[in-house]
Amino acid sequence: MRPKTMSKVDELRGANAIAIKEAKEKGEKVVGMYCMFSPQELALAAGARAVSLCGTSNNPIEEAEKVLPRNLCPLIKSSYGFAITDTCPYFFFSDLILAETTCDGKKKMYEEMAKIKPLHLMELPQSSQGEKNLNFWVNEMMEFKAFLEDFYKVEITEENLKDAIKLMNRERDTYKKLHQMNMNKPALLSGVDMLLAQWARGFNVDKEKGLAIIEDLIKELEEMKAKGISPYSEDNPRILVTGTPMGLGSEKLVRLLEDSGASVVALENCTGYKPIDTNVALDKDPLVAIAEKYIKLPCSCMTPNHDRFELVKKLAQDYQVDGIVDLAWQACHTYTIESYGLREYIKDEMELPFLQIETDYSDSDLGQLRTRVEAFLETMVS
Amino acid sequence: MKKISVGIDIGSVASKAAAYDGQEIIALAMRPTGWSPREVGQELLDEILEKTGLEREQIHAIVGTGYGRVSLPFVDKRITEISCHGRGAFYLDKSIRTVIDIGGQDSKIIKINEKGQVLDFLMNDKCAAGTGRFLQVMANALEVDVSELSNLARGSQAAKISSMCTVFAESEVVSLIGEGTDKSSIAHGLLNSVAEKIYALAGRLGVEGQVYFSGGVSKSELLREILEEKLKKEILHSQDSQYVGAIGGAVLGYK
Ligand code: SF4
Ligand code: SF4
Repeated sequence: MRPKTMSKVDELRGANAIAIKEAKEKGEKVVGMYCMFSPQELALAAGARAVSLCGTSNNPIEEAEKVLPRNLCPLIKSSYGFAITDTCPYFFFSDLILAETTCDGKKKMYEEMAKIKPLHLMELPQSSQGEKNLNFWVNEMMEFKAFLEDFYKVEITEENLKDAIKLMNRERDTYKKLHQMNMNKPALLSGVDMLLAQWARGFNVDKEKGLAIIEDLIKELEEMKAKGISPYSEDNPRILVTGTPMGLGSEKLVRLLEDSGASVVALENCTGYKPIDTNVALDKDPLVAIAEKYIKLPCSCMTPNHDRFELVKKLAQDYQVDGIVDLAWQACHTYTIESYGLREYIKDEMELPFLQIETDYSDSDLGQLRTRVEAFLETMVS
Repeated sequence: MKKISVGIDIGSVASKAAAYDGQEIIALAMRPTGWSPREVGQELLDEILEKTGLEREQIHAIVGTGYGRVSLPFVDKRITEISCHGRGAFYLDKSIRTVIDIGGQDSKIIKINEKGQVLDFLMNDKCAAGTGRFLQVMANALEVDVSELSNLARGSQAAKISSMCTVFAESEVVSLIGEGTDKSSIAHGLLNSVAEKIYALAGRLGVEGQVYFSGGVSKSELLREILEEKLKKEILHSQDSQYVGAIGGAVLGYK
């Protein structure tokens, strides 16, 4: 019952690894990015390919720990590990890395990463509220634009920026539509497949090709819907997962939930719905419009971050969920601390069962996690 | 013919079984888990059959629980120890709304409703702090049996054990012994350390209604008293407390 188009999604990462090599050989520009605060629009407007970099596998962590402390978020260790072991083709073929001052761990890791690749650091305000922070962030956009113009010896025109915004808006709309297919009750796509499809968005060297596959996938899901076909029944508890980013290699929580009988219908995190919720406005100065969109991303690095709670609530209602699971990678202070506030908020506003999971990329705690996940789902039956 | 259900709880240290006839628990059994959860599960089932004089066919449902539940091939249903502990405690006393369970491998706080169903729960993370395993390692360092810790500690001035981490706490204990600190004070400090960890977990979830203490570690009277003082609440406990998971499994399987 897995849509046939999913096999094309599975191939995306491999195909894109080849595409990036070919693009590079043709002398194209490539900008690598990690975080959802990264304004892809600017890189695209400079005529570059904008790609996500690997950081969701446990494999390179051992190497990374030669430099980074063990007691650090696995996402940071994995990203750095991929970079130093030349196992992420996107990093390897990137001309430069765009980084932001989000959490402490990442920002300090970037100091080490800057030793192996040109790296431009955008300074992110600590709050998304108020004129002062927005102006600061607009200024960071201007600096990044100037940096790109100097680095690539190009001029980025307003026209270039508007075209890039239109392309990115279209991409976000398409992926949002895909995510919304699981509003259907029962859901049409498994949570693991949704995660893989959304996560692979960043690797699309050729955005149009990637979009065509997602449009096919949506069409196939619409056909399934019309025929009343679904991998799930009414009995599978509908779960919303929020928290830290996930991808291939770090999808164990979603897999565990679904192996235990849940249907993960909504992914609030950065590798899911969060970055595609809103678009960049076209009726104003492009840099200001880009800054306005990105500063509003409800990440736990921002304080306060009440918008995330509201997004969780909105998704919980729209997707008619039966429970909420909050994932934090081990040693991620911002998400682990915010989990307490989220638990309280959910109790007050929605009275939905809530489970917090703190884990890393390894399989060493699978038994314990399974017990928690199963017990959580047991509270929803009967 | 009367219906009988059996719950088998394979813990990391001890495995337990209980048989239920719809009215009451008619037999209990316990064995060390050893190396084979599957074997010990079979032995427990045989022991229950022997004690009740029943035949295998007369048991209409077997529920497996505990970390070893996945290794029992003969069960009809697997239910987590969290649901089973909640239901088991509720069977023992209908007024119970919060269960504190400290087992060999993990510790948990479980909130239940007026039907004995789990509302919410929290479990310790990967590390052994605040579990039976922590006390086991420390008892070894003190060269006493883990069951003696409570009596040993009673009446002594508690030594301060500042690390929650088993590895660091162990070296703390070793250096306290080296400094000539009384074993009784160290034992007291260790129980305090477990209580602190549990107190933090309980504070996060919120403790409501009657509290019940289960799991192997609940046998420690002094720990129970320390916890009562910290939580400012009376904590129920019973002889059967180690069997609560198995009892809950049997009751849940009966339906
Ligand atoms: S969670 Fe925050 S820091 Fe992590 S990718 Fe998203 S925006 Fe960036
Ligand atoms: S998960 Fe937390 S610690 Fe890790 S990179 Fe994201 S914000 Fe930083």
